[in-house]
Amino acid sequence: MLLRTVLHLAAFLVLPPLVLGVVNRTKSVFAGRVGPPLLQPYYDLAKLLRKGAVYSRTTTWVFRAGPVVGLAAVAAAGLLLSMGGAPAALSFAGDFILFAYLLGLARFATALAALDTGSAFEGMGAAREVTFASLAEPALFLCLLVLARATGTLSISGMLGAGLPGAWGSAAPALLLAAISLFVIALAENSRIPVDDPNTHLELTMIHEVMVLDHGGPDLAFILYGAALKLFLFGAILSRLVLGRGDGALASEALFFLGVALFAILVGVVESVMARLRIVRVPQLLVGASVLSVFALVLLLR
Amino acid sequence: MSSFVDLVFILVVVIDLFLLASSRLGASIRNVAIQGALLASLPLLLAGEGHHLGHAVLLAGGALAIKGFLIPWLMFRAIREASIRREMEPIVGFVPSMVLGGVGVALAFAFSSRLPLPDPGTHAFLVPTALSTVWAGLLLVVTRKKAVSQVLGFLVLENGVYVFGLLLSDVMPVMVEAGVLLDLFAAVFVMGIVMFHINREFSSLDTEKLSALKD
Repeated sequence: MLLRTVLHLAAFLVLPPLVLGVVNRTKSVFAGRVGPPLLQPYYDLAKLLRKGAVYSRTTTWVFRAGPVVGLAAVAAAGLLLSMGGAPAALSFAGDFILFAYLLGLARFATALAALDTGSAFEGMGAAREVTFASLAEPALFLCLLVLARATGTLSISGMLGAGLPGAWGSAAPALLLAAISLFVIALAENSRIPVDDPNTHLELTMIHEVMVLDHGGPDLAFILYGAALKLFLFGAILSRLVLGRGDGALASEALFFLGVALFAILVGVVESVMARLRIVRVPQLLVGASVLSVFALVLLLR
Repeated sequence: MSSFVDLVFILVVVIDLFLLASSRLGASIRNVAIQGALLASLPLLLAGEGHHLGHAVLLAGGALAIKGFLIPWLMFRAIREASIRREMEPIVGFVPSMVLGGVGVALAFAFSSRLPLPDPGTHAFLVPTALSTVWAGLLLVVTRKKAVSQVLGFLVLENGVYVFGLLLSDVMPVMVEAGVLLDLFAAVFVMGIVMFHINREFSSLDTEKLSALKD
């Protein structure tokens, strides 16, 4: 059991850039290009880590702390996550609240660092990011509540653990609705396409990218790595939620990693076939996700 | 089988919520058609022991033909002739109407079990689905400005009434059922003509213009 946990933590630290690589490769297949190598995100991170950092004289320690706190918070959230049905490294009743707010802390640190630069432009990005995050947060909590109610436990290890296959038997519609809602939240939280375009550098429409414009070198590497970890976190939850039916340890592990790969491909497909929404329509999408999860919760509570 | 019926009911409610959020008329019409087709399958799925199978088949076939094909076709014709694509500015915005719809669905699912029903053996989702569909249809009729979306709201409202009528499908004679469907068809037909005239007179389908004075 300990071995499995160590293995999962290693996978959590090593695999996320590969997930990004799969997303990029899917997009290039759709666009008819060869695309970057699957390992390109690793090369990018290595390149950024070798560089030096430049800090503006107007910034303070907040700016330097931003990427570090952001990465540390997301990595700590990874400790709470149970992967492939095995219990997480750290687990207690109610840890899903800590999980959600560790992600919130990471966002807070990034937004503060963006505001600290004093650039009006980055302030605008930070304002947009936290606006959408405040709409995504209730939806995320409602989804986690659905999971908690369906499995009857209050820890993430319990929600995604052994009780999940049984919950699919008794509350399949609610879990399906929660999974759809969670996928929308995953796209919004990771600034993927219907909400934000990770490749855009058009000033008017950037949300997440604009906040990190002034970071360079190792700081940017931390931010990119943190973003990849976050994408992996959501992919891991969704993978276990949708495919969590393997009986033996080996089968559920295999299904889990297959699920994460499918999640990455699905994100790539969504990015290829959809245009991003206008910014005024984004709240509608997120409120829609919340309403869906309310519906799922009502189905369970009645 | 029972989980499949669950799925049908839940899809109907999800379509209600989608309709409240959607501004594209084409997508809305298509979804109302899908909702109609889903509802048409219900009499067959719910028919159990002691039901008239012929009655159920007749009901399902009639509903599928009218709700799933005929009315959507008429609506598509209407939006093509009036050349409108979207509901631009509803009286209540899309997000608030979606939240209202969600509240209505939650209330319907929470309280419908308290309702005294003549036949307690019905499917658990039938009454709440009927109530939330009626509520969504009512919201659409009241809050939208374009005549086409109001007709859509009316259709959704009628879908809700139809689900409720399934409770009584054994008691309800075929003639009454046929009368209701004919009624609906006539209503949509009349509204199509009205829409055409509003469009020709004001070169827009905005019903607000009907209340403005004209010399």
